[in-house]
Amino acid sequence: MPEIYDNGTEIEVKNLNLWYGDNHALHDISIDIPKNSVTAFIGPSGCGKSTFLRCFNRMNDLIPNCRIEGHVSIDQEDIYAKETDVVDLRKRVGMVFQKPNPFPMSIFDNIAYGPKIHGMGKKEMPRIVEHALKSGALWEETSDRLDTSALDLSGGQQQRLCIARTLAVKPEVILFDEPCSALDPISTGKIEDLIMELKKDYTIVIVTHNMQQAARISDYTAFFLLGDLIEFGKTNQIFENPQQKETEDYITGRFG
Amino acid sequence: MLNRYLKEKGIESILFAAGAVAIVVLFLLCIFLFRDGILLFENYPFGEFLTDTKWFPTADPEHFGLLPLFLGSLIVTVGAILFSVPLGIASAIYISELANPKIANFLKPVTEILAGIPSVVYGFFGLVILVPVVQKTLGIPTGQTALTGSIMLGIMALPTIISISEDAISSVPRSIKEGSLALGSTRWQTIYKVTVPAALSGISAAVMLGIGRAIGETMTVMMVTGNSAVIPGFPSGLFAPVRTMTATIALEMGEVPQGSDHFHALFAIGSVLFITTFIINIIANYIKRRYRFNL
Repeated sequence: MPEIYDNGTEIEVKNLNLWYGDNHALHDISIDIPKNSVTAFIGPSGCGKSTFLRCFNRMNDLIPNCRIEGHVSIDQEDIYAKETDVVDLRKRVGMVFQKPNPFPMSIFDNIAYGPKIHGMGKKEMPRIVEHALKSGALWEETSDRLDTSALDLSGGQQQRLCIARTLAVKPEVILFDEPCSALDPISTGKIEDLIMELKKDYTIVIVTHNMQQAARISDYTAFFLLGDLIEFGKTNQIFENPQQKETEDYITGRFG
Repeated sequence: MLNRYLKEKGIESILFAAGAVAIVVLFLLCIFLFRDGILLFENYPFGEFLTDTKWFPTADPEHFGLLPLFLGSLIVTVGAILFSVPLGIASAIYISELANPKIANFLKPVTEILAGIPSVVYGFFGLVILVPVVQKTLGIPTGQTALTGSIMLGIMALPTIISISEDAISSVPRSIKEGSLALGSTRWQTIYKVTVPAALSGISAAVMLGIGRAIGETMTVMMVTGNSAVIPGFPSGLFAPVRTMTATIALEMGEVPQGSDHFHALFAIGSVLFITTFIINIIANYIKRRYRFNL
């Protein structure tokens, strides 16, 4: 599978195994994820795709009894090495969650939170916030009410705020964990447009339940089933000419 | 059909009556308390009650000055807050965010047991253990001081503060904490910049309820604060005996002739106490309601 990508490889995974207690949740997964493109993880619920995504910013560290073996490197740096600073890793690898999770603060403070904890000064903040909100396609709607609570925004706006918040700390990679599953079709369309826009500057990995979404926005697609990576390749190849029978069964809707 | 309807109505009325009892009791209590309190001002000017600096109920002429008692309550309560609020919030943070679940599951019920100990037991403990310690370590003539009362009241307010703050902190959605961690903040940054601010209204309500409990506490303070009705200085008053409003009522109520000015003065003190705790409870409820998570 190791493939040579035009833009180079961003995330390299070799023989990754993950256990929750005695439950062997991910089996010996190896994959190379290309830079500056959108890679989608698809598969039925419980197949381990979100768990796998959370290995890239070590969010699984927060779960007691979770054990990981294998090798994951981002931009050639082993992220499970002893000397890896998790805080620094999460700054480089941003994450947008399934449900919008703005902080109960103003719109401005939501964006400024990340830059502030990473030591950015107060003076630059208005510029950083404006830039992040523009990149998150939210500036037009919010520029006149930055000091109002982020909780007053609609669900779709909250999710774009969360994307903008992630952009504000200037990551290299952005992980999306089913970012549209709680949103209506119009908001979903806006987020999808935004993701397509962002791949120019960022490497994007998105977990999605929605196969049409994967087909619409991703360049590469990986299909997971019961903790195994069944197939990985260019999105059009996976959807038009799957090599594995399980992949074909899933995308033609025979199960899942 | 009709029978079933009557049954429904019957049950409804019984429950309504039960609910109404609490309100009726509260009203009656207010009426009696305030009526007997107000009667004082037939013979004693209201202005003097508020401004007189002496509480000499049996002297001639009598002095019913609220100030020394009110300030006594205030200094003991402020001392209790200074001691219990930081400690209580810190333990709440530890229990809900940092402790390993096994330890948290042990600590939480234990702090709640603290709330169930009768106040006379706290008072006894304070009198026998804490009073001599305070006297010796500070080298003062008596260990029965406002400070001793503050420490005991602080300990008694802790369970309220810990348990309500802990609920507030744990009710902050996990997704918000994860959002903060995913931006590259440390566990501690997440706690003090996101989790605690998000729980702040619940924590403030906890503090207010803790204060309410401390102001109204009687037996413990009576046993450890020395009960001398002088206006305390601040902070020097912390190291001298004081007398609180609650202790005054408890100490003197048994000996006053019913219907005398002294009797009414004690009711007036009770009214002040009632109004104070009432206001504190309203503030606590307001803060608690103002802010809820809807995520």
